[in-house]
Amino acid sequence: MTESNADAIREYAARFGANRGERKSELSPHLAALEAEAIHIMREVAAEFENPVMLYSIGKDSTVMLHLAMKAFWPAKPPFPFLHIDSLWEFQAMGAFRDTLAEALGLDMIVWVNEEGKARNIDPFVHGSALHTQVMRTDGLLQALNSGKYDAAFGGGRRDEEKSRAKERVFSFRNEAHAWDPRNQRPELWRIFNTRIRKGESIRVFPLSNWTEVDIWQYILEESIPIVPLYFAGERPVVERDGTLIMVDDERMKMDPGETPEMKKVRFRTLGCYPLTGAVESDAETLEEIVLEMLTARTSERAGRLIDFDEAGSMEKKKREGYF
Amino acid sequence: MADGTRAEVMERLTKAGERGVLRFITCGSVDDGKSTLIGRLLFDSKLLFEDQIKVLERDSKTHGTAGDDIDFALLLDGLEAEREQGITIDVAYRFFNTEKRKFITADTPGHEQYTRNMATGASTADLAIILVDARKGMLPQTKRHTYIASMMNIRHVVLAVNKMDLVEHSRSRFHEIVSEYLKIAEGLGFNSITPVPISARYGDNIFQRSEAMSWHDGPTLMEHLEAVDTLAEDEANFPFRMPVQWVNRPNLDFRGFAGTIAAGSVKPGDDVLVAHSGKPAQVKRIVTADRDLEEASAGQAVTLVLDREVDIARGDMLVDPQARPEVSSQFAAEILWMAEEEMLPGRSYLLKAGGQVTPASVTTLKHKLNINTFEKEPGKSLKLNEIGVCTLSSSKPIAFDSYKDQRETGSFILIDRFTNQTVAAGMIEFSLRRASNVHTHAMDVNKERRSDLKSQKPGILWFTGLSGAGKSTVANLVERKLAEAGRHTYSLDGDNVRHGLNRDLGFTDADRVENIRRIGEVARLMVDAGLIVTCSFISPFRSERQMVRDLVEDGEFIEVFVDAPLEVCMERDPKGLYKKAQAGEIKNFTGFDSPYEAPESPELHIKTAEMSAEAAAEEVIEQLIAHGLIG
Repeated sequence: MTESNADAIREYAARFGANRGERKSELSPHLAALEAEAIHIMREVAAEFENPVMLYSIGKDSTVMLHLAMKAFWPAKPPFPFLHIDSLWEFQAMGAFRDTLAEALGLDMIVWVNEEGKARNIDPFVHGSALHTQVMRTDGLLQALNSGKYDAAFGGGRRDEEKSRAKERVFSFRNEAHAWDPRNQRPELWRIFNTRIRKGESIRVFPLSNWTEVDIWQYILEESIPIVPLYFAGERPVVERDGTLIMVDDERMKMDPGETPEMKKVRFRTLGCYPLTGAVESDAETLEEIVLEMLTARTSERAGRLIDFDEAGSMEKKKREGYF
Repeated sequence: MADGTRAEVMERLTKAGERGVLRFITCGSVDDGKSTLIGRLLFDSKLLFEDQIKVLERDSKTHGTAGDDIDFALLLDGLEAEREQGITIDVAYRFFNTEKRKFITADTPGHEQYTRNMATGASTADLAIILVDARKGMLPQTKRHTYIASMMNIRHVVLAVNKMDLVEHSRSRFHEIVSEYLKIAEGLGFNSITPVPISARYGDNIFQRSEAMSWHDGPTLMEHLEAVDTLAEDEANFPFRMPVQWVNRPNLDFRGFAGTIAAGSVKPGDDVLVAHSGKPAQVKRIVTADRDLEEASAGQAVTLVLDREVDIARGDMLVDPQARPEVSSQFAAEILWMAEEEMLPGRSYLLKAGGQVTPASVTTLKHKLNINTFEKEPGKSLKLNEIGVCTLSSSKPIAFDSYKDQRETGSFILIDRFTNQTVAAGMIEFSLRRASNVHTHAMDVNKERRSDLKSQKPGILWFTGLSGAGKSTVANLVERKLAEAGRHTYSLDGDNVRHGLNRDLGFTDADRVENIRRIGEVARLMVDAGLIVTCSFISPFRSERQMVRDLVEDGEFIEVFVDAPLEVCMERDPKGLYKKAQAGEIKNFTGFDSPYEAPESPELHIKTAEMSAEAAAEEVIEQLIAHGLIG
């Protein structure tokens, strides 16, 4: 069974029609400032690059970024395509959400699969999280960027997510190999961004750099942005492995001896590949309850994402290799 | 959904109607307790998560310098290498929210070699926390940080006197430091200076009022940060400015100009002007995806629809017709140099200000500034982290305000045209108005008329290459062939330029740039006279060759790379210069102890080690025909 909020998505899309409604309520001032900054960044990219693309991961941050892109260029559509790197192991509800959203908003959504990895049957249960992520995400992303010859790619990264990101530029320079060199980043002053690159080089752009996790949730709440239903608590089949609750999302997940899926009321704080994403037990069924839970609970966001635990400083290593 | 939940949630979130975002920079060094202070702010605002605290406790035991206590500084150092070296080398941004406000702090290192990082962090900050160790009092860096904050036009300063616990929370020590500081900051134009005695390690007077310092009757650090109003009256009343970022034209019925309002405010019905062209229009709608607005002001990203068709593109600025910005190609600015490669007056860089991009060069470095003493010093060029007051000249006029009045429209960056690095931050002081006084006088006899009389198209043949590569030999043959064919020519080379026009110049990088600049200007006049000019100069830098190319029209500059291996040139050594260089009698000799930047895409590349001078000259003539200079 796939969880769906298709009706809410279509209702949401109608807000961006030519006869948009009159949104009366005011955003909180700090969110209005963050929104304006993100829109400014997106317009700079649209004006200065020949072939930009917006990475879309289906997660809440990515969905906020997409929402901001819809606002930045209205009444025009965002003047660039969206790109999802499909690892083939995402929750089923994510694919459904992506397709409904792209269709309702009339977006050019490119879904890229690393066919080589698919042919090799890369399986996170068998090959481990590191190899799976490397092949299906990092390699897949580089393939897609090379194939589309994109000179700028938007990502939903935030500086508060992780220590190594605190120094990331809004416009992050990448060489021909898409690699990030911490010693070779350009100083960013005021709102003036240096967008000059040579052929083959590119820039990763992070319009949400200055947002925190709380800002993202508060913005989703104030803007009524639909998100994948998995963020909300519901009865779902899970098994506990190494202290992490893994949801049994399809038949590819083989049970260990003595293991049986249990129905638990859980939700997800981040979304990605289901075998690599831990659920948390929760009763939060509404946005308000999620925010309240987050304000009370104190477990950082990426703790639910298994890939970061592989080794200390691992995010920084992944960035050097081209991961977002 | 229970309404009660929503109310409860909104109550706990940063509230609507409060003060929005405060951006500040924290200045000081590790020794002053800067990282500890920022770590304390994050910790006390309860933004740390359980797993982060666990990692922090673990790291404090292995890397920490605070004994058994938590070392808050470890929260901050991001990159692996920095963590190992125990220093921060870049600008890191930290975030925390209280119920009243969202805070973004730029955390930068305090040493002099990181001036550029501090300026970067300061460029978006509204307030600076100047951190001082209560035991040490004023240090040279205190003065430096204060100066940079003032230069970047930060108007509010908090003097945080830290480590009060180590001076027995002494009230008199605190007052002593405050009065010393006020002397330093005098005349730097701050709107407010707020001193707070703190102890970052124990949290005194940060969120919690200190019991040990009950004598302090001013605000705690957080009370001040939550309450401070950084929007000065003159800024709030500044005239309307909106640089156009992007023209929004989804269909024939809609044409809007998207941008972020840099200053002032705008309403439908307001008159506006396009700063460059002076064309007027009236604002019809202020469009956003939410609704049309009744009014929009600085910081808002909007799309303006005007009442008439006006020619407007990215880089234009919509402004208040009653109070226009300067539009000029000559102006004075304070420049902070941010690149390893030094600034050279005369060299062509790309200037970017808002959406405006134009080639520009520093015409004069008026003086350098010593940021430790605030004193003016003479200088010919700027090195990394040096600050100078310069005059600049841009190819196209730019629209701007004085940086002191308006950061958004008074700032620019310079970009190296070949490495694409951001090499300088600029703060415009005023227009030199030379451009408006020297009007181009329209002549009846123009370039077309002059060249028609000679039955040719004028242009520059630029021969570049190492000494001894054969530039003059080939150029000489080319000019002879042209003369035989009845063409009108002139040759510029070291012999006829260095002894006259440029005899005051030596061979430093700065003089080489000026040498080529003057030659370029002379060659341009000759092109205007209708001549085909051959120029034979080593001209080692790409930037200067590009600068000459930019002086004339497309197709009038033909770059000929006269290429021969260094060994071949040294063996030829027609003027005996390589021998002198080897003997140490000549310094800065190109190819020897001074670099040569080979052209990346010359119109013609001839290898004189592999062909005769005669054949090379023939190839040049063919290029001239291909370019339509001669028939």
